[in-house]
Amino acid sequence: MPADSNTPAALNDVKANEAETPSSRLVRFPAEDPLELDSGTRLGPWQIAYETYGTLNAEKSNAILVCHALTGDQYVASTNPVTGKPGWWQLMVGPGKPIDTDHYFVICANVLGGCLGTTGPATINPETGTPYGLDLPVITIRDMVRSQARLVDHLGIETLFAVIGGSMGGMQVLQWAASYPDRVFAAVPIAAAARHTSQNIAFHEVGRQAIMADPNWRGGNYIGDNVRPTKGLAVARMAAHVTYMSDESLHQKFGRNLQDRENLTFGFDADFQIESYLRHQGMTFVDRFDANSYLYVTRAMDYFDLSQEFDGVLPNAFEKTATRFCVMSFTSDWLFPTSESRRVVKALNAVAANVSFVEIESDRGHDSFLLDVPEMFETIQGFMTGAAHARGIPAPGEKA
Amino acid sequence: MNLAPRQTRTGEVRGDHRVVASLVPIGARVLDIGSEDGALLDHLVRQRQVDGRGVELSQVGVNRCVARGLSVIQGDADKDLADYPNDAFDVVILSQTLQATREPKKVMRELLRIGKQVVVSIPNFAHWRNRMQLLFRGRMPVTKYLPYEWYDTPNIHFCSLRDFVELCRELDADVEKAIALSGRGNKIPVNAPWWVWNIVAEQAVFLLKR
Repeated sequence: MPADSNTPAALNDVKANEAETPSSRLVRFPAEDPLELDSGTRLGPWQIAYETYGTLNAEKSNAILVCHALTGDQYVASTNPVTGKPGWWQLMVGPGKPIDTDHYFVICANVLGGCLGTTGPATINPETGTPYGLDLPVITIRDMVRSQARLVDHLGIETLFAVIGGSMGGMQVLQWAASYPDRVFAAVPIAAAARHTSQNIAFHEVGRQAIMADPNWRGGNYIGDNVRPTKGLAVARMAAHVTYMSDESLHQKFGRNLQDRENLTFGFDADFQIESYLRHQGMTFVDRFDANSYLYVTRAMDYFDLSQEFDGVLPNAFEKTATRFCVMSFTSDWLFPTSESRRVVKALNAVAANVSFVEIESDRGHDSFLLDVPEMFETIQGFMTGAAHARGIPAPGEKA
Repeated sequence: MNLAPRQTRTGEVRGDHRVVASLVPIGARVLDIGSEDGALLDHLVRQRQVDGRGVELSQVGVNRCVARGLSVIQGDADKDLADYPNDAFDVVILSQTLQATREPKKVMRELLRIGKQVVVSIPNFAHWRNRMQLLFRGRMPVTKYLPYEWYDTPNIHFCSLRDFVELCRELDADVEKAIALSGRGNKIPVNAPWWVWNIVAEQAVFLLKR
């Protein structure tokens, strides 16, 4: 794991710049136009950074909002300016892809509490002139969705053709459908759940404690002190990364193979390939993500229980919904297992909503939604085509 | 979980599907239980402009349905109908599936609860060919239409057309229409009393109302 001196200062600068003045599109809302948060506070001024792909049609009926997961960003199908890597969902979103940007207008925004341009703990607090750190109010999934709705308002779009996302992105999809049923024509929550389970919260707490135990965290004020809790954040990422994979995929990929050596060293070096792999995952993560953002966004997931605002009755969240749902899970996903998706489907059936539910065979765990899983692409493509017909817009490959 | 053998080439509409579709009003809200690969539901959406949903037992079938743009979930007629509210659909369809359920009577009760109208198609176990095999060979019937051996059949609750009509009476369901079909799904174009149908029809489609 890198010592702070090993973290290139230039990279930190890039990150800091991206938090304030992102390379992507940006809407700033002045202090007079604050965002009301679930915590009871008002956030303002605030800003939301986003990317768009494709062209909005004249009727504004072809807009798709993609919601990203915990450590994702707005660069769904374009190069991430911090890592220089291609978009995180280019297999799904792009010209000729299941979410065809030759056809649909795709919007993806950095979540509230994130670190790539939307207001988060690394943003400068206008009252103090220093980064918010832990002075930023705690954010919820509903707050994220509220901020996205404000962006969609700003773009002049009344109804989104679809809202789609995996993992935490799927939580936002469900919240969108519950909060703004008239504004969501189709909803696709993938590898998601209507609540975070005790086990989910437990893993997040391990990660947060790792960050807060790093002496460089300094009560969240590390940016002002010009240090970074990279060790803590890397450990948090390592622990989380294990939960994104299945036992089987880990075993297939690494087994008990040794890393660049013939024998065990009888020490605590990374003897095993899996150790080396996880350390690498941890190291690269700290270059692109802010530790306080990790605290805020994991907290938002932990607080998520959609039924809560509906008297504890999940079906009430979807009462009278006209939205078409496509719920999707993966067989080897133990973090957001099929049983949680089924819970959502059951609730939707209880209000006789229009719902498709597909469980896809994959041995690659929770991360499957980000990977090359042809059955997922076929399903999404089919669902989008069906939804386009229902909406009265041509599907990709069809004439207007 | 549609258990009738596939009898048509792709693109052709199966005979029993055509008969079922003729009983569904244009634009109705429909739940099709046992959607298989979505052939019937697709036909209903295209030809009858229904707002259609499906339930299918096999995941492979479900994935195929959704990939062709249909709203279908993985589910089990025995377990999952309880989730739906009363009168949720204009028409609920159960084709060639009742005989494979664990509790046909309970399933029928659920169908009548969630659908204002119910369309059920069933194989007729009292068809003369079956009767002959039992009578003369002393063996459980195996026919082109019902091709399973007794030990590997998913059809665990067979009935005759008469038995089914009796069940409807017990459940206080009105039989609005009953159409006798051949094994290939063609209508049998004769007017005959019930006991004749119970011999010559290989399957039948019923339209029921509470």
